Amino acid sequence: MSDEVILQVQDLKTYFVVDEGTVKAVDGVSFDLHTGETLGIVGESGSGKSVTNLSIINLIPTPPGRIAGGKVLFHGKDLLQMPQSEIREIRGNKISMIFQDPMTSLNPFLRISTQMIETIVLHQKLSKEEAKAKAIEMLKLAGIPAPEKRIDQYPHQFSGGMRQRVMIAMGLSCNPEILIADEPTSALDVTIQAQILELMQELTRKLGTAVILITHSLGVVAGMCDTICVMYAGRIVERGRTEEIFESPRHPYTMGLIRSVPRLDQETKNRLYSIPGQPPNVIDLPDCCPFYPRCDKVKDICKKKYPPVVQFENGQSASCWLYAKEGQNA
Amino acid sequence: MPDHKTLLDVRGLKMHFPIKSGLFSRAKNFIYAVDGVDFQVKKGETLGLVGESGCGKSTTARAVAQLYKPTAGEVFLNDIDLTKAPKKELLAARKNMQMVFQDPYASLNPRMTSGDIIAEPIRIFKKNGLIEMSKQDLDDRVEQLMEKVGLSRFFKNRYPHEFSGGQRQRIGIARALALNPELMLCDEPVSALDVSIQSQILNLFKDLQDEFGLTYLFIAHDLSVIKYISTRVAVMYLGLIVEIADANDLYKKPMHPYTEALLSAAPIPDPKIEAKRHRIILTGDVPSPDKQRPGCNFYDRCPKRMDICKSSRPKLKETESGHQVSCFLYHKPE
Repeated sequence: MSDEVILQVQDLKTYFVVDEGTVKAVDGVSFDLHTGETLGIVGESGSGKSVTNLSIINLIPTPPGRIAGGKVLFHGKDLLQMPQSEIREIRGNKISMIFQDPMTSLNPFLRISTQMIETIVLHQKLSKEEAKAKAIEMLKLAGIPAPEKRIDQYPHQFSGGMRQRVMIAMGLSCNPEILIADEPTSALDVTIQAQILELMQELTRKLGTAVILITHSLGVVAGMCDTICVMYAGRIVERGRTEEIFESPRHPYTMGLIRSVPRLDQETKNRLYSIPGQPPNVIDLPDCCPFYPRCDKVKDICKKKYPPVVQFENGQSASCWLYAKEGQNA
Repeated sequence: MPDHKTLLDVRGLKMHFPIKSGLFSRAKNFIYAVDGVDFQVKKGETLGLVGESGCGKSTTARAVAQLYKPTAGEVFLNDIDLTKAPKKELLAARKNMQMVFQDPYASLNPRMTSGDIIAEPIRIFKKNGLIEMSKQDLDDRVEQLMEKVGLSRFFKNRYPHEFSGGQRQRIGIARALALNPELMLCDEPVSALDVSIQSQILNLFKDLQDEFGLTYLFIAHDLSVIKYISTRVAVMYLGLIVEIADANDLYKKPMHPYTEALLSAAPIPDPKIEAKRHRIILTGDVPSPDKQRPGCNFYDRCPKRMDICKSSRPKLKETESGHQVSCFLYHKPE
């Protein structure tokens, strides 16, 4: 990880207009990604993790979705203002994605070779034969046995773990600077998950790729990520280095989340800690802290105003009235 | 605490599904989903059943519940063999054995109100003359059950789509509780839930166990969930149980190479521990259970395999440490 910032997300807002009102799926998200860094975005379903990342590469279906504000600066250029033709040059090339379900993200009608060569030829000045050789090399790197034969097969001939390896090979085939992995192992079994995570870590380190890893599993971020953003109801509530977040979580939600996971390495004799209540419905959220109904440290101000981001000395930051002064603005 | 009476005794349970290639052709091949498992569940304890997808966990639970007719083997619940019991007797025995399913969206009828869903098991038993309960009592019972699982009684006229995932799972649990069963078969009841909701539901299972002295057969693929909820744990691989031991023992010193690999692969939410851990990464995928192997089912992926493992199959046997393990590392072939 170096100090050079390659991606800056500033106050990103993505809204969806539905019959019931406006869903503020992402409501003011900011973070920086450095070269070679692995950034984890953690949160529960509906917290806006995936929408954040779809917004970054401008893949939000419009309508009903709309990027209502903010900037996504990739090497200083705003991806949100770019014309489609220009962003296509970047998407899949400089920034590529791996999705959760490897069955639905590969085209079942096309051979692996066709799908991989398409991406490579589109972005690199290579002939079809050269592209195929490159594809085979990538599959080999991704640990697929007999890639020369496997490349001519169809997705259904691969198992779930193997399909995810194909996705990783495809995602890295253009030497991207950023790889966005949206729940890459959630559909896989533990032993396969371990294989895939190790593969991702090894390859991205080798190629120097920065990774944005979206997951709901605290175990996965603990093992993979340098830094973490914790999301709740469309906003980042806490941000910091992985060790610091786990050692001294500041936001009550992060604290609760870490305590409510049963641990493999510890005996839990008593009841498990649990955060009461349910995640809020993000339609027409009032401008207060969305976590206050579930928070055990709630104060009066929490019900009136959204807390501003408070920076701590170690680089950690949290949005919570426990640390903010009342006069500060969000 | 368990009072050591065996409530459920499963012996040599096999469940093979035929694969038919044509409309009229006879089945030539089988999926050996469960291929001879033996285990006991004592009254008041929780037996956790853990393994990867396709290892036969759910099939085992369904075959125990007689939702599938097992290919072979016996299932004793309170000393009644369910596989041979006549229909009437089976229905009566089912009162003591209820299921909670994984998907809280698919396991509730969308056209019934939550109150009706919870009352349904009682209505069925009433219709069959196995329970007597007045309409008023039934209403009271439903309301009482809803409050027991943490739902307001005012929700009883709402439909499943009006509830969140966690609340739906509570409805499923209330329905399973309706007949006051002794045994609950829980098939991945928390895997579809978010972390913060998952811990609420796990606590609910524990509270209900304390209050009603329930016995659980609890299936999950998440090892930390299993560790938290279980008294004893059985690890399954490809249709067979490879190891059974007390939960804490199993996690402290796993014996079977598969259990070891499984435990080392599960991520721990602590970056300091993660950085120091040594992972056993298994090669390859879980093979398909479409053929019976002469040797150990784990042979292809086992990091500690020996020649003997290829040709003969180890049996589940008790070792000195109290674990039941099926591996030639711990006992010599006969």
